[in-house]
Amino acid sequence: MLKTRIIPCLLLHEGGLVKTEKFKNPKYVGDPINAVRIYNEKEVDELIFLDIDASRKGEEPNLSTIEDLATECFMPFAYGGGITTLQQIQRILKIGVEKVILNHSALKNPDFVKEVAKHFGSSTIIVAVDIKKDLWGNYKVYDHVKKKTTGIAPSEYAMKMCEAGAGELFINNVDRDGTYTGFDSQILESINKMVSVPVIACGGASGVSDLKEVVTKANVSGVAAGSIFVYQGPHRAVLISYPSQDELQQLFS
Amino acid sequence: MIQIINYGLGNLGSVQNMLKRINVTSTIVKNPRDLRAEKIILPGVGSFDTGMSNLLNEGWVEALNEKVIKEKVPTLGICLGMQLMTDRSEEGQLGGLGWIEGEVVRFSATGLKSPHMGWNIVRPVSHDASILRSDKPELRFYFVHSYFVKVNNESDQLGVTNYGGEFTSAFRRENVFGVQFHPEKSHKFGMMVFKNFASL
Repeated sequence: MLKTRIIPCLLLHEGGLVKTEKFKNPKYVGDPINAVRIYNEKEVDELIFLDIDASRKGEEPNLSTIEDLATECFMPFAYGGGITTLQQIQRILKIGVEKVILNHSALKNPDFVKEVAKHFGSSTIIVAVDIKKDLWGNYKVYDHVKKKTTGIAPSEYAMKMCEAGAGELFINNVDRDGTYTGFDSQILESINKMVSVPVIACGGASGVSDLKEVVTKANVSGVAAGSIFVYQGPHRAVLISYPSQDELQQLFS
Repeated sequence: MIQIINYGLGNLGSVQNMLKRINVTSTIVKNPRDLRAEKIILPGVGSFDTGMSNLLNEGWVEALNEKVIKEKVPTLGICLGMQLMTDRSEEGQLGGLGWIEGEVVRFSATGLKSPHMGWNIVRPVSHDASILRSDKPELRFYFVHSYFVKVNNESDQLGVTNYGGEFTSAFRRENVFGVQFHPEKSHKFGMMVFKNFASL
């Protein structure tokens, strides 16, 4: 049986690893390379790295940082942040990254996803969809560069991205990011049932039981989380951690 | 020494990084004339015809046949590299390398998400575990693929994996080895496969 993937989602900001809350207030939690080494030891299923500055500042992906991470990473590794050209993707894949994550470039120009799929294959592309409730409480796709919600409905956008060639969708809930309030399974389920590609849920995990719950309720293929893999305890002391394989097996059996 | 074939497809960096970690010397070879290794790894990510046409256009097919079929150099195909070792694929028009009798077909069971992406169990089915030799009770590997290999001779199967039914996730015929998963991304399990292959 295919195992549910449990994925630490790690944020890069000014050379360090940070954790945000509702996409704001990045707090330093350590050195990214050191974190990768620890996650290697813990035999993590997969890692997601997002450079949260690149697109906002209009910067290119930092290839030397990505290379340092890829060299240390003996598990599947996806990178997102500032990707706008096929040449960048070619370099990133050559360094040893499995998958690239397109967010802002896909939102701005869905045809870019098509082009990337044609050149590198769908299984290389994750489209990240940030979602946030608007004033009326309806989920919309969020533009993290403009820092506001678009008028686009998440399911509609998800289908469009799959049609364009996304091999996987990473749905990140802005309202729940870093809040420990659990996943919003309902919206995730409604997106998941509309698409045939794997969906990774992110945003809101407060512990492993939430991971189980979102898989059961929304039937997603993977679950990503930040806080619970970099913090521990009520005072959020920094601790890079990951459940043991035995623990995960018990959880999902 | 292991040579990793660079025919324009695949995650060569990751393969070499992991070999380095387990202290196995490897080089990436771009030109078929430089093929002189004791062992060969044929990686690959992408479509069947792109892979095959790159091998054909760059003169790899002849050079590899010489090494693999005549000289019996142990050769490991990874993912698309494994698929190219068979006769043909539903994904393309070009014939494969034909080192293993079989063909490549698409996952088609209803309700099954494709690609098959993530960690899955490989169950060894041969009394000769060879590259799957391990002291672990369960072998887990990372997969990303939409097509899989159907071998004609069951005796060529080394390991099987269940995804909407069992498929061949590792095969072997004499010196030709293929794995559908990515050892280079399967931490200790991948290191084990590479160690086994390196010590053949």
